[in-house]
Amino acid sequence: MTAVANRTGAIRGDSILLLSTLRNERIRLPYFLRYYRDLGVNHFLFVDNGSDDGSREYLQSQPDVSLWTTTASYKKSRFGMDWITSLQRRYCHGHWTLTVDVDEFLVYPFCETRPLRALTDWLDTSGIRSFSAMILDMYPKGQMDAQPYREGQDPFEIAQWFDSCNYSVQRNAGLGNLWLQGGPRARMFFPDDPEMAPALNKIPLVKWNRAYAYVSSTHMLLPRGLNLVFDEWGGEKASGCLLHAKFLDTFAAKAEEEMARGQHYANSTEYRAYRDGLKSQPDLWCKWSEKYINWRQLEILGLMSKGNWA
Amino acid sequence: MTQNGTLGFVMLCHTALHRAAETARHWAERGCPVVIHVDKRVQKWSYDTLHADLADLPNVRFSDRFACEWGTWGIVAATQAATEVMLADFPSVRHVYLSSGSCMPLRPVKELIAYLDERPRTDFIESVTTEEVGWTIGGLNMERFTLRFPFSWRTQRWLFDRYVKLQRAVNFQRTIPNGIVPHLGSQWWCLTRQTLSAILQGPERQTYDTYFRRVWIPDESYFQTLVRQVSSNVESRSLTLSKFDFQGKPHIFYDDHLQLLRRSDCFVARKIWPQANKLYSTFLSDDATAQAGGEPNPGKIDRLFSKAVERRVKGRAGLYMQSRFPNEHWENGRTSAPYSVFQGFSEVFEGFESWLGKVTGTRVHGHLFAPDRVEFAGGESVFNGAIPDNAKLRDYNPKSFLSNLIWATRGERQCFQFGPGDNQALNWFMSLDANAQISVISGAWALPLFKSNLNFSDIRREAARLQKIELEHLAVLRHSATKARVRIWTLAEFVENPMEPLQTIVDEISPRSLRRLTEAPRLTDLTGFGQFLQNLRNQGMQPVLMGDFPAGDDLRQAETRRGRPYLVK
Repeated sequence: MTAVANRTGAIRGDSILLLSTLRNERIRLPYFLRYYRDLGVNHFLFVDNGSDDGSREYLQSQPDVSLWTTTASYKKSRFGMDWITSLQRRYCHGHWTLTVDVDEFLVYPFCETRPLRALTDWLDTSGIRSFSAMILDMYPKGQMDAQPYREGQDPFEIAQWFDSCNYSVQRNAGLGNLWLQGGPRARMFFPDDPEMAPALNKIPLVKWNRAYAYVSSTHMLLPRGLNLVFDEWGGEKASGCLLHAKFLDTFAAKAEEEMARGQHYANSTEYRAYRDGLKSQPDLWCKWSEKYINWRQLEILGLMSKGNWA
Repeated sequence: MTQNGTLGFVMLCHTALHRAAETARHWAERGCPVVIHVDKRVQKWSYDTLHADLADLPNVRFSDRFACEWGTWGIVAATQAATEVMLADFPSVRHVYLSSGSCMPLRPVKELIAYLDERPRTDFIESVTTEEVGWTIGGLNMERFTLRFPFSWRTQRWLFDRYVKLQRAVNFQRTIPNGIVPHLGSQWWCLTRQTLSAILQGPERQTYDTYFRRVWIPDESYFQTLVRQVSSNVESRSLTLSKFDFQGKPHIFYDDHLQLLRRSDCFVARKIWPQANKLYSTFLSDDATAQAGGEPNPGKIDRLFSKAVERRVKGRAGLYMQSRFPNEHWENGRTSAPYSVFQGFSEVFEGFESWLGKVTGTRVHGHLFAPDRVEFAGGESVFNGAIPDNAKLRDYNPKSFLSNLIWATRGERQCFQFGPGDNQALNWFMSLDANAQISVISGAWALPLFKSNLNFSDIRREAARLQKIELEHLAVLRHSATKARVRIWTLAEFVENPMEPLQTIVDEISPRSLRRLTEAPRLTDLTGFGQFLQNLRNQGMQPVLMGDFPAGDDLRQAETRRGRPYLVK
């Protein structure tokens, strides 16, 4: 991993940081950066895994971005987590750190009126170190390639829909985290293999300490206490959602490419299932799909919670 | 610069000093002297900046600095020092208002002055006896005053707890000087010069200070207790709107609380998020014209925050999600709404499901836990919440399946059929769920076998299997821990008099309709069923769940029922 642009000198003591690994996501980057700048992210740290579509050049020119590049194997680096972990250890100690993919958009209680720092300040005063935001798969109505995504566009103008209440929740005894699955991906791509359906639980926002480490993607962390983002005695802790803009017209090509590279989790089972599913041109939309309005809707539906933040 | 008036503010500051400066300037420029205490732990340059920011204001003073660790004497010492400066330097001041750097005035200060002018002798301080407070941290009320607390609650919790335990064990008690009665209350008060000078210049001050120095969280008890010794006119409430969450941390106000704060009619609120630009620009300007201007009325804000605490502590019943996953028996309700489970009814009656839907106006499903697929009402392939009818997905996590279904259909009661041929994984879950209404006609599963065209040896094997499953299920339902509303009839018992049980169940589902059922669904034909059971017996299988069906001689109703609806007056 080599530095392309290291602007980490600009990181201040209280900066909120964002980390992400990507490969060939040029078209998504402008909106992604704008979204998180507006929320109040102060500095971005990217690892580019051998993009050849101009992603690297684009990121390199952004004033609040530090960029590293590597052509090493995504799979052998624990799906990018080794790269991320080394950056976290070096630059994130003591900072609120958001680790997301470029197709994940954080929504949290009051995010329309309160910047990310309001949330992190509140987490600080409440003595909370980690914040949960489950993946919410968003999809368009009709075939995925019917509405092409334009650069800079809000992807949720196209992928407006989501499944509101078909998620499986269970506890992972080993690391104490919850294991969430379900949604359109389980419904459409894994109906015969529910246990293979992708995990949707994520803990993307953490007041980082160099002793911390993500174990598997951002699904769970060490030490185990960080995974206790849920209340066990009946109450609700505050949580958000990561709106997932995966299912756009760009998806079919991505699935094909990732299958060929074979660099993904569990021998790319997920992408294989997608590719097989995609051959039949699926429409993830169903008559019970919910159209996205705002975070309050997600709160009422019980997908996220304000907890005691008011 | 207006002349100094009768109201002065003491401000205790430790963070966001630029905001404290704005608030201090706001008050000072409107004729209210301000004495600022800055926590000793604040760095020098921040302090110097604040000092310089306010240098142009003649009625702003800075008092001696103390380290104000939460729960310790430093906060009281700081308050005393700053108040002494106020009383000495500003003789016009009659009421001293204790505030913090993160407080903000919600109403024009002249309204507050007018309010106090009408009550010139009143001390506004929340002051209640230890028996009456319900909000203390760590479960310590009276013991705050009778134990010693050398360890920090925040940073040395383990030692803190051990030391408290130890003192309890050996029955240690500090004596309270002069037999004063300890009172507790919000730290934020507004007291008169007379009262404050009596406390601060009283002959016993040294005694009390020595004592309170070792009381836990003295800032919530020092003035609150001593005011009772010197004032005869205590109004036991705080003029500062300040709410605490379940951890004892103050709730924070943001820009989106603007309207709520406006309508509260409170004079001062804390704590304001330092970057709440809209709040600061609104309330620190004089445009905030006088509102209705009556008594403070924080009711709406109270409700907002108490709801937040309730959500954090109790949560929404029946919801399982990323940040609420209660341990078993801690759910406050395993599911979110009442639902009904029918076992054997669709076997005994023809067209039971559509009849039930019509009579009760509820959603009636087939066998939701059928082995091959989820039989949603109307044969839907996907249901509310985008729940698919796939049996594998359902069986992967049946508990999530059921709680999701009930959650996704809140407001519409769900009814479904169940039987020994279905997935039995949730038998305990439903039996322990107070929302479940479970009605069982035991042995009714034999009717489809009776009518089937299977070889008798296969029928016998299947009957034995289903009977075993149902027996186990009934044992669960009859367990003493059961919380569901369970009713069980044998098949024979039920067909003898089907109307009464149906009426009871329907009344329970829709209690408001309370009308007699005029039409029952048609009973299925039972001719020959007694003989069928006898055949099972003859083949060595003992059917025990159906009740008494005489072999050969069929039950009387069975014949008359055919072709005619069951009518009741």
